Amino acid sequence: MSLLAIDTLSIALPKGADRELAVKDVSFTLDKGEILCIVGESGSGKSMSANALMGLLPEGVTPSAGSITFEGRDLLTLSEPEMLALRGKDISMIFQEPLSALNPLMRIGDQIAEVFEAHDLLTPPERRKRALELLHEVGLPDPDTTIRAYPFQLSGGQRQRVVIAMALALEPKLLIADEPTTALDVTTQAQILDLIEDLRKRHGMAVLFITHDFGVVADIADRVIVMQHGEVVEAGEADKVLLDPTHSYTRALLDAIPKLTFRDSVEQTAQPILSVRDLDMTFTSRTGGFFKKPRVVKAVQKATFDLYQGETIGIVGESGSGKSTLGRCLVRLLTPQNGVVKIGGQDISKITGDALRQHRRRIQMVFQDPYSSLNPRSRIGTILTEGLIAYGTDKASARDKARELLSVVGLDPSAMDRFPHEFSGGQRQRVGIARALALDPEVIIADEAVSALDVSIQAQVLDLLADLKDRLNLSMIFITHDLRVAAQVCDRIIVMQRGEMVEFGPSAQVLGNPQTAYTQSLLDAIPGKAHEAALAAQKEAQA
Amino acid sequence: MLGFIAARLVKAVFILLAILVLNFVLIHAAPGDPAAVMAGEAGAADEKFLQDLRERFGLDQPFTVQLWNYMKGAVQLDLGFSYRQQMPVAELIWDRLPATLLLTATAFVISIVIGVAAGVLAAQTQGTWWDTLISSLALLFYATPLFWVALMASLLFSVWLGWLPGFGYQTIGADYTGLARVLDIGKHLILPATTLGLFFTAIYMRMTRASMLEVSRLDFVKTARAKGLRNSVIQRRHVLRNALLPVITLAGLQAGQIVGGAVLTETVFAWPGIGRLMFEAISQRDYNVILGVFFISAAMVLLFNLITDILYGIVDPRIRLAQ
Repeated sequence: MSLLAIDTLSIALPKGADRELAVKDVSFTLDKGEILCIVGESGSGKSMSANALMGLLPEGVTPSAGSITFEGRDLLTLSEPEMLALRGKDISMIFQEPLSALNPLMRIGDQIAEVFEAHDLLTPPERRKRALELLHEVGLPDPDTTIRAYPFQLSGGQRQRVVIAMALALEPKLLIADEPTTALDVTTQAQILDLIEDLRKRHGMAVLFITHDFGVVADIADRVIVMQHGEVVEAGEADKVLLDPTHSYTRALLDAIPKLTFRDSVEQTAQPILSVRDLDMTFTSRTGGFFKKPRVVKAVQKATFDLYQGETIGIVGESGSGKSTLGRCLVRLLTPQNGVVKIGGQDISKITGDALRQHRRRIQMVFQDPYSSLNPRSRIGTILTEGLIAYGTDKASARDKARELLSVVGLDPSAMDRFPHEFSGGQRQRVGIARALALDPEVIIADEAVSALDVSIQAQVLDLLADLKDRLNLSMIFITHDLRVAAQVCDRIIVMQRGEMVEFGPSAQVLGNPQTAYTQSLLDAIPGKAHEAALAAQKEAQA
Repeated sequence: MLGFIAARLVKAVFILLAILVLNFVLIHAAPGDPAAVMAGEAGAADEKFLQDLRERFGLDQPFTVQLWNYMKGAVQLDLGFSYRQQMPVAELIWDRLPATLLLTATAFVISIVIGVAAGVLAAQTQGTWWDTLISSLALLFYATPLFWVALMASLLFSVWLGWLPGFGYQTIGADYTGLARVLDIGKHLILPATTLGLFFTAIYMRMTRASMLEVSRLDFVKTARAKGLRNSVIQRRHVLRNALLPVITLAGLQAGQIVGGAVLTETVFAWPGIGRLMFEAISQRDYNVILGVFFISAAMVLLFNLITDILYGIVDPRIRLAQ
């Protein structure tokens, strides 16, 4: 008998939702020691299935049919006290957002000890001892310090390890991992995946792993389920699904994964359009009164590069490497301490007042989060024309231009009179791009512009950017932590580590033949490389 | 933490001095001559008498010298002399302070305890008639002007029902001692303290409810549920503690008004505190008393702001330990 058997499970959404059932007729089984990946895009019902398992569905959402059999008992028929006893003990769960998954006011040790307390196990000193052992087991450095730390003192990857430690505390038979690595950068993601794999082997637990990233699936899954609109469209052994998908949706998802392929560098014009020399940016934080020594963070050090007309330069690196800070210095949202930033020959690194205002239109930004970067109370038309009107265009021509821009980015001009919340994430990002284009800037800075999007949407937005680049001869700085994405859109790539440019050159050279150990480690951490190799071998065999 | 407190104290001293100057300038910018008011009331308005008065109170000296003298005194806690009451201002305030502190502190405790408890209850019962009832009452108390509530409470409970005394600090002429006196004062305290606390009770309730509901949706609450913790533990340990952070900010605001915020209530209920002292001083143009009360209230606001910040640091490690 399987450890877990879900049989024709349906989950009803409250009235007024966009569809009746969040999950429809879903069936699958999971055995001891097995890793099953559920893959799908946002809204496919994959998280809902997991939450139903834990009995943690949001209010108003209820299972309407089917059964969830765990060790012979139907979880849907259990009372709340029975579920309480199960949660955290036999089935535990880790979540997507490590930054918010821990109580900010409680020490790490207390939060881990709580798991034992919830199930009335061990004495307080024993709980503490176990907490230390767990922190050690999930590979946190210096458990003695960590146990007394508060969540904000740990990095995202470390917090995710703490969450995993809590989930493992009582050696559950089933671990549900809901996009546990989506919010982490590649190197941390690779470490967390290794950890889960390792723990599975040592404790023999079953893992239900929810993700939208097929690269992760390729690395970790024994079996795969692909979900779309609440239904299972494909299921099977990981190798089979990945190499020989039968359903068109699976194929589309697989095709949407950016491949590590390189672009050729564009021909460099005589004059660079943007020229950066020795740019430094240091943050000094002064907290805790007059008497403490201020903390100094060298976010960007001696950044030097030229961007030519029609070229895209990628800036890659882990979180905290200074890539976003560099971008913000170029747009002059921050004023760099030292160095020169020239656009069309004019140094803009120190200008202020009206000169700065005039400069702003020449370099525009596309932001990461399409949900928070558009004012929710402004109509799209207002968002697109605001800049133009501020620079003196009359309202009628500004609106004409905005309509034109909407069709350029593939949206219907009727979008003018609608509000941001009426659009999907991908559509909003198109609006964000149109907004950046409105002022005919010479340079566009895209800061993780596709990172928050599902793979298929991500592919569409990347296509749009590539298309715009060719049509409008755009020059672009593309900031990303995803090396595949960088490879796809960038002519040249800058690799940043702790504020310094450790490598800079044509994409093919930097990613194909990296010169530093750091770049190599970033490349090694990309999930799904084994699958890519298998795919290449398969293609060769067919040819 | 100690460095933080020291830095804040230094800042507070400068702010206090600035407030002293500002108060002094404001009062002197207002039309009217205190000497003329006094002379008028004494019934002798000839130039000689006025000159004598001005000399006696130092009003003939240049403005800057007057300011300097006042500041010099204030630093030594000498807030000047009330020519109306014929007493040093500091002594007047000192006499009235206990009554005010008793009233405002009671109101403070009442509003926090009832407000937070009602807010928690409303959040727990969100969408039920309990929630509707509590939220409606809070809205009512929030929207009703304090003086009206005070008058109506006095009318209802004191005049019509006769349950509680409607004015004063204790029963005049009863001369209770010991427990009887405490009970007597307590009985007098109920109406004014409840009335005064009503507005903040409503605010705490609304803030606690909104904050609890917001925190309940955060990811770490889901983590806590996934651990298998009972709901009561989750609500107390994870939700409430985080939800109280904004309530502390508000409590700091209310505590800052602990000296100067009871003018209306003290006046309606004839409570012999600082608020009524100020009311009387204003109607009698007793400038030194007004200045003194202003100064003490400002100092209290600063003090409680500091306490709020320290408390925040204790509750929230992100503030305490942030580097």
